[in-house]
Amino acid sequence: MNNIHDMGGFTQFGPIPRETNEPVFHAEWEKKVFAMNIATLAFLGPVDRARHAVECLNTIEYLNSSYYQRWLRGVEIMGKDLGYLSDEEIATGKAINHKETPHPPPDAAMIEGLSRGGVPADRDDGKTPAYNVGDKVRVRVLESKGHSRATNYVKGKVGEITHFNGSHVLPDSHAHDLGENAQPLYTVRFEAKTLWGENVDRKDCVYIDLWEDYLESA
Amino acid sequence: MTTHNHDHPNPYHESDRDEATNKAMAERVDKMEALLLEKGLVSQGALDKLADIYENDLGPMNGAKVVARAWVDPDFKKRLLEDATSAIAELGFGGLQGEHMVAKENTSDVHNVVVCTLCSCYPWPVLGLPPNWYKSFAYRSKVVVEPREVLKEFGTNLPDDVEVRVWDSSAEIRYLVIPERPKGTENLNESELAEIIERDAMIGVTKVSAP
Repeated sequence: MNNIHDMGGFTQFGPIPRETNEPVFHAEWEKKVFAMNIATLAFLGPVDRARHAVECLNTIEYLNSSYYQRWLRGVEIMGKDLGYLSDEEIATGKAINHKETPHPPPDAAMIEGLSRGGVPADRDDGKTPAYNVGDKVRVRVLESKGHSRATNYVKGKVGEITHFNGSHVLPDSHAHDLGENAQPLYTVRFEAKTLWGENVDRKDCVYIDLWEDYLESA
Repeated sequence: MTTHNHDHPNPYHESDRDEATNKAMAERVDKMEALLLEKGLVSQGALDKLADIYENDLGPMNGAKVVARAWVDPDFKKRLLEDATSAIAELGFGGLQGEHMVAKENTSDVHNVVVCTLCSCYPWPVLGLPPNWYKSFAYRSKVVVEPREVLKEFGTNLPDDVEVRVWDSSAEIRYLVIPERPKGTENLNESELAEIIERDAMIGVTKVSAP
């Protein structure tokens, strides 16, 4: 999805807003939005769909919303897309229709288990990686109408593979119910000069994790 | 009360929202919560448990214990750099958004700093939920292109010959920076060291100072 969430490389958002003695949540509603996001993943997930939902916001709305405002919109968007919620229900807070859920909602013990155990994304599928550490790769320039984790600032740029991380679930398909499509995940190093031009500091670099489908030999 | 080190209201800074916005958001969120409960999409127990874990149980004190151990125990540091997920699990930490951990060590030659430009991915089991600055557009956008300027905003001035490595968390790998152990801490024990290791140093925007 080409949208403003893919913001690596902009410089004019102003000073970084820092705060001392910052609370975890700045209001009770933020805490509630955090909790409902994680809890509803049992029906609205996977997390890739949740990230994509936020990416789908209107660009101006994205910029004018705070972090947890965007998360709330994510729940609304996923709930509607999957047929669990309607605009009228969201506006009133009252259920009108009822779509059957495949299982009861997670309870406190299951949440504890989720938090402790996580949701590993690696898959032991024995796939042989197409590239080796040290190989030069170019990030393919692909327009994505859906979810993708290839950032615009590395597209078309050549970097060097520094690490092979095994096969990981591909967000591009997983976000859209198109299967896990696990494939080799690489850490790729890009020199600052490659990304931003000759005027930047020679010694700086960016490392980013990229799936095999995002790459081609360079 | 929280204090801010910037002079102007920031429209996407949560603490600068006015009361009317907060009230409207609270009402909207309460409606959504009631709806999700009525539809059986969430349970109250799950919501309460999530709020409790992430507000009270997890936070940078966990990461500080990992770093302090690495400072005093070279074998642990070796394991941490080779397989951070397993090494961190030795201290009892792990789970959601920390399933695939990688630790990067800051030295006199290399300075690592972590970001997620696309959303705000962050290693929850060792650092808790991210601070607002980490989620801000200003940080997410700028640190990959002008890392030294960003570090200066945090008061971190690096010599030109130090290599700055920015780690953009685009997959499910989560990064923890092992800051340099400051001079003058030779007499501190592991738990005393953990006390001086702050969150921002484990993201890589600051260094740890001796007490």
